[in-house]
Amino acid sequence: MAEQNEIKTNRLVVRLATAAIAMFGFGFALVPLYDVFCDITGLNGKNFSQGPAEVASVDRSRTVKVQFVTVNPAGMPWDFKPTVRSMRVYPGEDKHTTFYAKNSTGEWMVAQAVPSVTPSEAAPYLHKVNCFCFDRQPLDAGTDTEMPLLFVVDPELPEHISTITLSYALYDLTDDQKVAQLKLDNDKGRTSL
Amino acid sequence: MATVDVDLPHVKDEDPHHHGPAKGFGRWLYTTNHKDIGSMYLIFSLSMFMIGGIMALIIRAELFQPGLQLVEPNFFNQMTTMHGLIMVFGAVMPAFVGLANWMIPMQIGAPDMALPRMNNWSFWILPFAFLILLSSLFMPGGAPNFGWTFYAPLSTTYAPESVTFFIFGVHIMGASSIMGAINIIATILNMRAPGMTLMKMPLFVWTWLITAFLLIAVMPVLAGVVTMMLMDIHFGTSFFNAAGGGDPVLFQHVFWFFGHPEVYIMILPAFGIISEIIPTFARKRLFGYSSMVYAVASIALLSFVVWAHHMFTVGMPLVGEVFFMFATMLIAVPTGVKVFNWVATMFRGSMTFETPMLFAIAFVVLFTIGGFSGLMLAIAPADFQYHDTYFVVAHFHYVLVPGAIFSIMAATYYWLPKWTGHQLNETMGKLHFWLSFVGVNVTFFPMHFVGLAGMPRRIPDYALQFADFNSMASVGAFIFGFSQLVFIYNVIQNVRAGEKATAQVWEGAHGLEWTIPSPAPYHTFSTPPKVG
Amino acid sequence: MSKAFSLALSLLSTPALADWQLNMNEGVTALSREIFDLHMLIFWICVVIGVAVFGVMFYSIFKFRKSKGAVAEHWHENTTVEVFWTVIPSIILIAMAVPATATLMDMYDTSEADVDIQITGYQWKWRYQYLDEDIDFFSNLSTPREEIVNESTKNPNYLLEVDNALVIPANKKVRFLVTANDVIHSWWVPHFAVKKDAIPGFINEAWVKVEEPGVYRGQCTELCGKDHGFMPVVVEVKSEADYAQWVADQKAMKLAMADEASKEFSMDELIAKGEGVYQAACAGCHQPNGQGIPGAFPAITGSAIATGAIDAHIDIIVNGKSGTAMQAFKEQLSAVDIAAVVTYQRNALGNTVGDVVQPSAIQK
Repeated sequence: MAEQNEIKTNRLVVRLATAAIAMFGFGFALVPLYDVFCDITGLNGKNFSQGPAEVASVDRSRTVKVQFVTVNPAGMPWDFKPTVRSMRVYPGEDKHTTFYAKNSTGEWMVAQAVPSVTPSEAAPYLHKVNCFCFDRQPLDAGTDTEMPLLFVVDPELPEHISTITLSYALYDLTDDQKVAQLKLDNDKGRTSL
Repeated sequence: MATVDVDLPHVKDEDPHHHGPAKGFGRWLYTTNHKDIGSMYLIFSLSMFMIGGIMALIIRAELFQPGLQLVEPNFFNQMTTMHGLIMVFGAVMPAFVGLANWMIPMQIGAPDMALPRMNNWSFWILPFAFLILLSSLFMPGGAPNFGWTFYAPLSTTYAPESVTFFIFGVHIMGASSIMGAINIIATILNMRAPGMTLMKMPLFVWTWLITAFLLIAVMPVLAGVVTMMLMDIHFGTSFFNAAGGGDPVLFQHVFWFFGHPEVYIMILPAFGIISEIIPTFARKRLFGYSSMVYAVASIALLSFVVWAHHMFTVGMPLVGEVFFMFATMLIAVPTGVKVFNWVATMFRGSMTFETPMLFAIAFVVLFTIGGFSGLMLAIAPADFQYHDTYFVVAHFHYVLVPGAIFSIMAATYYWLPKWTGHQLNETMGKLHFWLSFVGVNVTFFPMHFVGLAGMPRRIPDYALQFADFNSMASVGAFIFGFSQLVFIYNVIQNVRAGEKATAQVWEGAHGLEWTIPSPAPYHTFSTPPKVG
Repeated sequence: MSKAFSLALSLLSTPALADWQLNMNEGVTALSREIFDLHMLIFWICVVIGVAVFGVMFYSIFKFRKSKGAVAEHWHENTTVEVFWTVIPSIILIAMAVPATATLMDMYDTSEADVDIQITGYQWKWRYQYLDEDIDFFSNLSTPREEIVNESTKNPNYLLEVDNALVIPANKKVRFLVTANDVIHSWWVPHFAVKKDAIPGFINEAWVKVEEPGVYRGQCTELCGKDHGFMPVVVEVKSEADYAQWVADQKAMKLAMADEASKEFSMDELIAKGEGVYQAACAGCHQPNGQGIPGAFPAITGSAIATGAIDAHIDIIVNGKSGTAMQAFKEQLSAVDIAAVVTYQRNALGNTVGDVVQPSAIQK
C-alpha cells in the first residue's frame, strides 16, 4: 500500500516537474507566438508586408494621408528626418519618398531604422516595396544621405482609416554590430522589417 | 463543505519509531516535519511582512505632505519596488504555503506531506532569495527601482547593477514556489485518508490544489521572463529592445501572463480559509459547496485569458481591448457566486463573533469593495482614466490587505489554538482586529479619491490638491502598521501561555483537524483515519 | 497623538487647497464626458449590488446571532437560487459591456485630424513636434527646486507647471502621435481622458477635440525612473485666432534665436545664463551642486570632461553618450544655451578652467 503510493507519488512528481519545465519553455515560446499573433491581429503595428505588392488596380475614389515621423532614441546623435512630412496617396498607387540622415559626429557609425505604424490596424495594408529599413545604414563621419522608401497602400484598407502614420526610430548599432549580425541571421524576419 | 464523520480509533501516536522533535537549531535545519516547516514559513512570512511594512511606512511618511522631506526620489522608487516584491513573494505567498503545510495533511488525514525532504529545501532556499534581494539595497546604484512589475527597458537597459541579483533572487523564489506546489499537489492527490473523496475535501484544500496548479503553470513563465531580461542585459539579445527587433510591450504580455494568475494565487487560498471560518462561526454548513469548487476552478481558468487588462493603454487594437474587457468582466460572475454563498451561509445561521470570524466578515465586505473597483477597472474606456493612478493602488490593496492579509490573520487566529494548545485571548484579538480594520480603511479608502482626482501612482511628491487625502492615508498606514505589534504580541502570548484548548476549540468547527488533540501532536494520523 | 495634531495642522495650513475632490474629472471633451458617464453608471450599479449584498449580510449578522437565541438551519444547497445568482449578474454584465464597447469605438475613431502633434517622452520631460508646422520644443517642469525641498511656499500649480506648454486649437481634432526616446512613459491629461503609453521604438495615437479654451494639466503615468513624479503635462487650449497668432510667434522666435546665436557674449554673461540652463537641464541628474549621485550619475565638479578638452565637453552635451543616461541636448538646447552651460560647468561648481565658448562655435 505504502510502496504503491510512493510509486504513484514519484510518477506524479515527474509529471508535474515536466509540466513546470514545459511552462518555462512556453514562456520563451510566447516570443514567436506573439509575433504570429501580431501578424494576424496587427497588435503592435509591425506586421507590414514586404517586397513587391500584388495590387490589382489603383482605387481613385479616395485618398489616404500617409504621414512620416522620425524618432531619435537615446544616444542617437544623427540628424534624421523625412524629406516630405506627409503625402496623399490613392490606394494601390506606387509611391516613392526619401528620408534624410546625417552623421554629425566625428566617427563612422551604423544605424538601423525600426518602423512602426499607427493605427496598428493599417499596418498589414502598408506594403513596403523597398525600404532603407530593410538594411543597416553605415555613414562616415560628417556625411549625409537620402534613404529611399517605396510603398503601396493596399486598396483593401478599411474605409474608416483616413490617415496612416509611419514612424521610424533610428537606432545606433555601431557597438553591437557583431552581436546584432548574429541575431539578424537567426531571425531575419524580425530585424529586417 | 462536506460533513466529515470520523472513525478515529487511536488518536495517540503509537508507532515506536516516531519520536518528538530534535533539540536545538538542528531541529529546524534538518526537519522534514510538516508542522515545523509550516511554522518556519509562517515566521518567515511574518518577518518579511514587517520588513515590507517598514518600507510601506517610509513611503507613506514621505507622502504625508507634498514636497520632498525624507527620501530622495530614487530611494523612494527602491522602496515601492521592494515593498511590492517583498509583500507578494515574501509575505503573502509564504504565509499561504505555511498554512498549507500545517493544515493540509491534518485536514485530509495524512501523516505528513508527500515529499518531506523537498519540503525542507523549498523552505530553506527562500531566506537566501530574500537575503540576496535585500542585500541589493546596499549595492552601488541601489536596489531595484523599476517597480515590482519591472517593465523593460527601465529594468534592462536603464536598470541599476543590482538587477542581476534581483533576477537571481526571483529564480530562487520561483524554484521554491514550484517545489512547494508539486509537494502540495502530490499530498492532496495521493495522501488522502480512505473515504476522503475529492468532493469531501475541505475548501481550503481545494483552493490550494487549484492554486498549486496555477503556480506550476505560471512561476516558470516568470522564470522565463527574468531569464530573457538577463539575456538582454548580459548576452546581447533583443527580446525587449526595439533596436534589435524586440518589443518592450512583449515584456508586459509575458509578465502579465504570469502576473494575472499570480494575483489569484494570492487570493484563492484566502477564499478557502474564509469558507472554513464562516461555517464554523455561523454553525451552519457552507452553502453551495460544489458551486464554490467550480467557482474557484473557473476563476483560475479565466485568469489565463485576461492578462492584457493590465495593458489597456499600451495601444492595443480595438478588438483586443474588447476581448480582454469582456473576459475580465466574466470573472465577476464566479466571484459573485462566492460572495453570495458566504452570505447565504450566514443567513439563518447561529452566529458568534470571535476574532477569526471578525476578520472573515471584514474580508467579505472589504474584498467585495476591492472586487467592485476591479469591475470598474475592467471597463476598458474608463480604465484609460484609472490606469496607473492611485485608484489602482486602492483597488489592489483592498484585495490584498483586507483580502489576502486579513484571511491569513483570520487563519492564524482560527488555527492557533490547534497549534499551541491555548485558547485565544479574545480581548487582545478583538483589539487587533478593530485597530487593523480602522487602519486599513483610513489608509486605502482615500486612495480611491486621489486616484480619481488624477494622482498617478509611484510618485514621491504630488500636487497640492492631493495633500489632504494623502495625509489621511499616511495616518491610517501608521495605525495599521503599529497595530500589527498587537498581532505579534497575541501570537507570542498564545504560544507561551493561555487557557487549555479543547480538541474541537470552536463550538461549530467540523473537520479532521479538530479531531486531534490541541496542541496537535508532533506526528498526527500515522494511522489514517476513516472518513465515512 | 502628535500625528493627529500635525494632521490637523496640515489641514489648517492649506485651507485654500483643501478641495477634497472625491470623483473623476468630468473633463472638457465629448469623449471625456462619455467616459465619465460610463464610470458613474458602473459605479452606481456597484453601489446597488453592494447595498443589496451587504444589506442581507448585515441583516443576518444582527438577526441570526447565537446570543439572540438563533438556531442554525440545516439547508446548504439550492440549485434555483444558485442558478439565479449566476445568471442575473451575467445579464448585468452584458448591460455594462454594451455602452462600454460603444465608448471604446468612439475612442478609436480614425478620421482625419486637423493638427498632428508628435509627443516624445524623455527622461524626464516631454518633446512636442508639430508635424505640419516647423515647431519643435521641449517641455520641462518649471517648479523651482526650493519649493520641492520645502524652502519656499508652494504655488498652486506646484509640480503641474512647465516652461513650455503644449498649445492646441479649440474645436479642432488634434491627433497625438506618442512615442518615447528611452524608457516607457505615459502621457495623460485627465480632463481630455487621453492616456497613452509612450513606448520606445513604437508609435501610438490618441486624439482630442476640446470645446473651450483653457489650461489643462496632467502628468506622466508610467514609472520611468528617478524623476517620474516630476514630468508634468500642461496643455493650453487657445481659440483658433489665438492659436494662429501663437504659431506665427513661434516662427518669429525661432528666427530671433538663430540671430542671437551669432552674437558674442562675455564670460560673465555666459556663466550667468549657464547657471539657469544647468539648473533646468542638468541638475536633475548631476545635482544642483554638481556632485552627481555616486553609482548613478557622475559629478561635474572636477570631472575629466568638464575640466578637459573643451571640444570633447561640447560634444558630449551636443551628442550625448550612447549607452548611458546622458542625452543628446542638441535638439533641446539652443546654441546659446549650450555655449552658456559649457562655460558655466567649466568655471563654476568648483571648476576653474578659465576658458569660454561662444554660441557660434557650437556645431549642431
